[in-house]
Amino acid sequence: MSQDTTAYSADAVEPDTPAPGDERPENRIDRRKTVVLTVLGIAIVAVMWYVATSTDGPMARVFSGVLREAISPQTAAVAIAVVGLNIHFGFTGLLNIGQAGFMLLGAYGFAIALNEGAGLPLAVLVGLGASVAFALLLGVPTLKLRGDYLAIVTISAAEIVRYTGRLSQLTEYTGGSQGLPGSRYRGEFTDLSFFGDGRTTIGPWSYQNTGVDGWWARAVSWAVVLLVVIVVALLVRSPWGRLLRGIREDEDAIRSLGKNVYAVKMQALIIGGGLGALGGMLYVLPSSVQADQMGRQLTFFIWTALLLGGAATIFGPVLGAIIFFSVRILIRGVTNAYVPDSILNTQQTEQFSWVVVGVILMLLVIFRPQGILGNKRELQFNA
Amino acid sequence: MDHRWRTSRHGVGWVLLLGLLAPLLLFLGSAPASAGEVPADTECTRSETTACLQARLPTGVEVPGIAITVTTPSGEEVTQVTDEAGITVFAVTEEGQYSVLLDTESFPEGVELRPDAATEITPTLAPGGQSFVTFNVRADDYTGAISWWDSLAQSAASGLRLGLLLALAAVGLSLIYGTTGLSSFSHAEQVTLGGMVAFMMVNWWGIPFLLAAVLTVAFCAFTGYFQDRVMWQPLRRRGLGLIQMLIVTIGLSLAMQYAFQVLVGAGNVRVISASPQTASFGPVTLTYQSFWAMGISVVVLSVVGFALLRTRLGRATRAVSDNPALAAASGIDVDRVIRLVWIIATGLAGLSGIMLALVLNGVKWDSGMQILLLLFAAVTLGGLGTAFGALVGAIVIGLVVELTPIFGLPGDLKYATALLILILLLMVRPQGILGKAERVG
Amino acid sequence: MPEKTSASAATPDTTANPYADPAARKELVRGIEARPGSSKPDPILEVDNIVRNFGGITAVDVDHLEVQRNIITALIGPNGAGKTTFFNLITGFDKPTSAQTLTHRPEAPAHWSFDGKALDNTSASAVSRAGMVRTFQLTKALNRMTVMDNMMLGARGQTGENLLTSWLKPTWRAQEREIEGKAHELLQRFTLYEKRHDYAGSLSGGQRKLLEMARALMTDPQMIMLDEPMAGVNPALTQSLLGHIQGLRDEGVTVLFVEHDMHMVRHISDWVVVMAEGRIVAEGEADVVMADKAVIDAYLGAHHDTDLGDDSLLTDETMANLQDEAAAEEKHRD
Ligand SMILES: Nc1ncnc2c1ncn2[C@@H]1O[C@H](COP(=O)(O)OP(=O)(O)OP(=O)(O)O)[C@@H](O)[C@H]1O
Ligand SMILES: [Mg+2]
Repeated sequence: MSQDTTAYSADAVEPDTPAPGDERPENRIDRRKTVVLTVLGIAIVAVMWYVATSTDGPMARVFSGVLREAISPQTAAVAIAVVGLNIHFGFTGLLNIGQAGFMLLGAYGFAIALNEGAGLPLAVLVGLGASVAFALLLGVPTLKLRGDYLAIVTISAAEIVRYTGRLSQLTEYTGGSQGLPGSRYRGEFTDLSFFGDGRTTIGPWSYQNTGVDGWWARAVSWAVVLLVVIVVALLVRSPWGRLLRGIREDEDAIRSLGKNVYAVKMQALIIGGGLGALGGMLYVLPSSVQADQMGRQLTFFIWTALLLGGAATIFGPVLGAIIFFSVRILIRGVTNAYVPDSILNTQQTEQFSWVVVGVILMLLVIFRPQGILGNKRELQFNA
Repeated sequence: MDHRWRTSRHGVGWVLLLGLLAPLLLFLGSAPASAGEVPADTECTRSETTACLQARLPTGVEVPGIAITVTTPSGEEVTQVTDEAGITVFAVTEEGQYSVLLDTESFPEGVELRPDAATEITPTLAPGGQSFVTFNVRADDYTGAISWWDSLAQSAASGLRLGLLLALAAVGLSLIYGTTGLSSFSHAEQVTLGGMVAFMMVNWWGIPFLLAAVLTVAFCAFTGYFQDRVMWQPLRRRGLGLIQMLIVTIGLSLAMQYAFQVLVGAGNVRVISASPQTASFGPVTLTYQSFWAMGISVVVLSVVGFALLRTRLGRATRAVSDNPALAAASGIDVDRVIRLVWIIATGLAGLSGIMLALVLNGVKWDSGMQILLLLFAAVTLGGLGTAFGALVGAIVIGLVVELTPIFGLPGDLKYATALLILILLLMVRPQGILGKAERVG
Repeated sequence: MPEKTSASAATPDTTANPYADPAARKELVRGIEARPGSSKPDPILEVDNIVRNFGGITAVDVDHLEVQRNIITALIGPNGAGKTTFFNLITGFDKPTSAQTLTHRPEAPAHWSFDGKALDNTSASAVSRAGMVRTFQLTKALNRMTVMDNMMLGARGQTGENLLTSWLKPTWRAQEREIEGKAHELLQRFTLYEKRHDYAGSLSGGQRKLLEMARALMTDPQMIMLDEPMAGVNPALTQSLLGHIQGLRDEGVTVLFVEHDMHMVRHISDWVVVMAEGRIVAEGEADVVMADKAVIDAYLGAHHDTDLGDDSLLTDETMANLQDEAAAEEKHRD
């Protein structure tokens, strides 16, 4: 039996890594799926790229908008928050319905610290610290109870963070309902850039090298995404990650095996929330801290992106975020270009696209709970 | 057994329906009368040529006699003073941008503008439309001058009102949770739906308010039936996990919120645009509508409570909450009970929504979301899944929320107190006031 | 743990367990008084005044119980007797009413200890870490994880489960190998080896029982508490499992198990405890207990002079007779 030297099978996490020694049929199928998806993805991007750069007309504008959105730093920022939620929900089964609250808190901590004169590293720590405190506040009373309680508490607490941020009494720090303009805290981050001045154009992507919302912000954001994905992959494919999945399946069983379920859930809540905060910081770097931009919609957005990409997978969250943002721009662009204003004006198109998001979320959960990358078999068994 | 069951089901269904609707019918005689008593200067009826511009002070700052001047796009100036509710309504006819100016000179002692709040607001309005402008004024000292005890009484009355209206929705949420185990996050939108549908019926289709209210409750109850029919029951049959269903309710809640926006817009709308009349009992001043709403709520809650305790169906519901498998084994049609629970819960939520829209100055696409926390806090406080607990919990939460500002916290944070209480409660007694612990293994 | 491999070995290893020798066991058991709550020479678990009420009904009300170390004790009793609730209470999955409310028998608070260590306020996971590991009547297989992952979760003291070291694979790779070896061995013993890569959710009911038991053994428990381990396991496998349970005992593991099948109880248990309506109504060796009037009453709700352990009881005819008799008596009473 010791000829089977697989480290504990990681295939539930990443279906496309076959266990050496004894390959199972599902692995072959999963690998084929990976190949098909990759080819399909490349083909779609290539078509959009071609239309955007080589043709002229409304679709060229729509597609270049989509491609721009796909690599925007805010997409990257949300992708990180989705990875965080994946730790909560995908791996541990924690129902955090206030991920935007973690983002907002991280953003406030970060921007206020910078405004108060702290350096960049300290500001990042302040943002992360705020999210840890938030996780403890919400987790201590609820993580021993049924999952619904965490849901109730997070959805409400995120709203309260938003109200509090907008309080006129706190205008001095949070900017009240006006928010904090990015120009006040961004300086130190752009100063770090070694991309120099000028402008670089690659296909439909044409940005300043450094600038407010340029290549520098994109490079840093996506580098952080990559780093986060690597760290999370290492974490969830370790015995600790196995513990998380065990807790997701049945806490009591894990408890009966002598594991400190409460502590592990708390660790997961803190790590996922911390990633949310990190995403929040990147989210506000190219723009500003606006409480209302990080409200419930953003949370729902993050959820939809997670379920779209595939919960409990490594790359699902990132893919989900990219596809989600792109598709929304696509829907909006196409409706704006082809549906006359008399039927749906721009604002209604926007609202309508949110209705669609809600419906997609419902349909995904019902009909394709495994998302794009998830393992169908893993979801067949209801706990 | 089955036969007896079916006949009694209809009987009880009618009792419940009547219980829901009868109080509204009682409302019939009084409302037009009170509408007629509204002083001419606060009345504004929208028409093809007239738009209504309501200027007001924030809820909780009902200060009369503050002068507000409206300048029309063509430069005409009109000045009015606020009424007892801190509201004044201008009937205007021009299209374009108006200027609404608050006269701070007219402030009585103790009333002041909040720091960095505007004294001038410039809404855009066209005939047939309406606009609400709120000046961010605070009156800590003004209410202080009334005497702390009086304002305590006033807040307690508002709290009781909020609690009773929340209870209508919370009882339904709790029944759903009890019978299906589902925490329905879209229940808050069902409350909004009540206000929205009533608004559309009254203001778009010109249906008289009382009829509209009855139709709204019926419609909301129908949405419950419909949802269970096309969605929840099939999902239960498929064995979809509770967590997945919970996420489905979140999706539904998002879709509903934005559907409201597409239909009605992002602003606040009022079901009845006339300023309400108020009545005073000692230090407590509330609108007539509030008294009616509280009365209706008490009657409906009593009927529901009676039905739960005394009717066969009520007992069946409690049996399903207790142990669905056992209930099914003893001949109860669990699916039918759950269907009825959905109908009643959404009907009650709709009723609650109409009355909340009346007493809280209108309804907005996210009004439900604002009270979601309160609903869950109420249900949790009472012990998840126990209907009577939800009632007690709702009243406690209503009181807490309204009394918070009295004890010196910023009014914007009154919902935070509810969260704080919830968190403290969960730490001390996880199963709530009346709840029971769950079985392991 | 090489000594663990000698499951059901021909010559019992009396160094791990002095009572691995049947004669020694017989002698030990003879010396214990056969009455509810009797004291044992070397109790591993001691329970006092544990009461659990659900609304009106008292599910468990145990004044005193001791479980002897190193032997197999069976806990039997009719459905609803409170056996599972009792398991839940002492393993920290439920709290006794007598501990929660100060008004309840303040003169006699609930108290129970394992291996000399008080467990009154101990969480379920700490109870397990103390060495008392239980399985569940309604199995708790981790459905969306493989059988192997289920097993691996049982192992104690894993460096890789510590958040700080988990992302450094070299710190836990060797340990992981070792645990895998152990898991494979147990899976083979429990005939699940071929299934090791399947999701636990795809296992049959009986296989889940096996998996749960094997997973519990991954923790190297001092005492294992099995709630109906054989329910749904086929007879051939039951035989070999009984052998494994005896093997565990011989290695020094104390076993407490709930079982409804009297043959099985008789076959492997050294001591039997009988619960009815929440109380301990009898204790003793299998033969003695099954002939006890109180026990027969508890099971059949009527007075009989039949020995429960009598194999003839299990023929359909006798059983039908008994039930008729019981029914007649019921009617008589109304
Ligand atoms: N969480 C609970 N809420 C209410 N009653 C409960 C709960 N758990 C157990 N009970 C009741 O306590 C009594 C004892 O139940 P328990 O499960 O301990 O019996 P048991 O001896 O294990 O029965 P079986 O042999 O059928 O498994 C039963 O009457 C049961 O209905
Ligand atoms: Mg049992």
